[in-house]
Amino acid sequence: MSAPASALPRLQTAAGATLVRGGLAREWRLASRTVRASAVCLALFYLFAALSPVFAPYDPTFQNREMPDCPPMRPHLSAPSQWNQGLLWAYPMRMVDAEERTYAPDRTRRIYIHLLSGGHLFTTDSPTQPFYLMGSDGLGRDLFSRIVYGARVSMCVGLIGVLITFSLGLIVGALSGYVGGMTDNLIMRWSEIEMSLPSFYFLLALAAVIPPGISAAQRFFLIVAIMSFIGWAGLARVIRGMAASVRSLPYVEAARALGGSRWRIITRHVIPSVIGYAVVAATLSIPGFILGESALSLLGLGIQEPTPSWGNLLSQAEDPQNLARYPWILIPGIFIFLAVMSFNFLGDHLRDRLDPGNASR
Amino acid sequence: MTRFLIRRLLNMIPLIVGITFISFLAMSLVPGDYLSNLKMNPKISPEIVHQLQAQFGLDKPLLVRYAKWLWGVLHLDFGFSLKYRVSVTSLIAARAFNTVILALASMIFAWMLAIPIGIVVAVRQNSIWDRILSFLAFFGMSIPNFFLAFLMVYFAMWMGKDWLPPGGTFSVDYNSLDFVNRVADRINHLILPVFVLGVAGMAGLMRLMRSQILELKNSDFVRTARAKGLSERVVIYKHVLRNALNPFITMAGYSLGDLLGGAALVEAVMNLQGLGLLLLDAVRSLDIYLVMGSVLIGTVLLLLGNLLADLALVAVDPRVDFSSMASQ
Repeated sequence: MSAPASALPRLQTAAGATLVRGGLAREWRLASRTVRASAVCLALFYLFAALSPVFAPYDPTFQNREMPDCPPMRPHLSAPSQWNQGLLWAYPMRMVDAEERTYAPDRTRRIYIHLLSGGHLFTTDSPTQPFYLMGSDGLGRDLFSRIVYGARVSMCVGLIGVLITFSLGLIVGALSGYVGGMTDNLIMRWSEIEMSLPSFYFLLALAAVIPPGISAAQRFFLIVAIMSFIGWAGLARVIRGMAASVRSLPYVEAARALGGSRWRIITRHVIPSVIGYAVVAATLSIPGFILGESALSLLGLGIQEPTPSWGNLLSQAEDPQNLARYPWILIPGIFIFLAVMSFNFLGDHLRDRLDPGNASR
Repeated sequence: MTRFLIRRLLNMIPLIVGITFISFLAMSLVPGDYLSNLKMNPKISPEIVHQLQAQFGLDKPLLVRYAKWLWGVLHLDFGFSLKYRVSVTSLIAARAFNTVILALASMIFAWMLAIPIGIVVAVRQNSIWDRILSFLAFFGMSIPNFFLAFLMVYFAMWMGKDWLPPGGTFSVDYNSLDFVNRVADRINHLILPVFVLGVAGMAGLMRLMRSQILELKNSDFVRTARAKGLSERVVIYKHVLRNALNPFITMAGYSLGDLLGGAALVEAVMNLQGLGLLLLDAVRSLDIYLVMGSVLIGTVLLLLGNLLADLALVAVDPRVDFSSMASQ
């Protein structure tokens, strides 16, 4: 598990300086097209999360009872003479069969889509005359707006989760590897227990504890906390291996000989030398959090209605009949997929940049 | 070897006690229990609820209940499912079988495709195939298995009845079939779940195979083999491949946890009657002993799988023996 000691000095210089020295512009030039696309994709999703009211055309909880399970609408470009009404327009949807919930475009009328109006990127005059970019759900809520608001949960769960596991794993791992002895033994046995758990089963069992009455934010933090509690051990073990091999390197011995305290050596010498690996590992562990949250929410044990998350938006698809009739309810899954893939690409790229000893050729 | 086995089996005990206790604690912290639903029901008198409470020991303190449960487990009595009204043991056995079959089949599926593809890709490094397949591997690794499962369900619905069933464990007329048709029916229902579960594992394994071969291709023993005048084919298949396979066995042990978790999701989406779906049902209805039983069996399966992987590694790799394994 532990990296060869020879990789460490190189890793340290690489980790400490590479990204800073050249600046973001240089990183952008060096990145491949897929990595750039991933970065853009993630930036967009985080913008969704930060500026949800702007990106979402409608209130994500507004139920248009007249139009449940409405399919996505196609936008058309207006003729220049009509640009004062809206650059884009769409045919409104009319329900043909209320039983089957089938729709047909009403070609006699047009809904104009206003860009940058009323604090939204795009919207229509009224949510009762909607433009559904990605269709609507079973309660007549705009799926795109719900996806935009869902980014808040789904994109933040990874960041906050990683923040917790990262700090826990880094401190515990570095401490364990550097101090050694009894502490090391205890911490490592505990992490072994955590790693040999069937984590998803455990996650399910623990998610049942979350009381039903609490607010969405509290629920969110409880879920992140549970996932972090299950997930920190792997990172801690690898960091520990690296820290243990750093311990006997000359510069750490020199620091010790100069009278540096244990805490100082750990924070100033041991952690910086393993941070490169930790950054890579952290990036690559974000998808796990995103997937964990989506899975829990999909199964009804995570984020609850009416708060949207990319996972619970998919739960309507659990009924195969719904899936067959309204396939656009799978669109949130594409967002999960894109986010996960982007983090994987980015993590892989960071590994090549920060940890050349371990680069995949 | 016996000492190693005993040691490993003994090591499992604190693990199992630890995880079951945490789960037990968790389930007890849940506000309300299965009976609180019954209490709300005006048709059921409070006396009956009390009687049930006493029968299942729900009025005793936590530690007593846990000790009782653990004592029962030692006698292979996993308790009584409050929801299904049968013993947990009988419920779990059938379900665990389905999950194990699903996990094993998808593992074999993943290996059978990942190893040859990984070899081809590594031998023709940087060729167009290498790029395409490596990109697809990323695709496969990143696609959430529940999403892929949804896509497959949709695809099966779209293809219609004559194609593969979109979900379920077996057909409605399963009981009227003879043995051969029963097996065929089950396999028919397993194809899509196995595909879904196999794809993710396959992608990771393919990448592992590729990097393994690339790493070994330039090592000393390979150079020696080439210097002896062996053909490239023999070098790759006899020398490189054999060494490249070792991490696969270790991986197989580690991937079991993911496989169980993935299986739970696929089971839930495709309505396959496995251990994961049983656990999910139990968690949703706060059926505490069923949760405990499923978690316990899941843990035991995982630990046994890890142990088997370690044994296989010792059998395959002469550099690894039991003493080095124990000190890890």
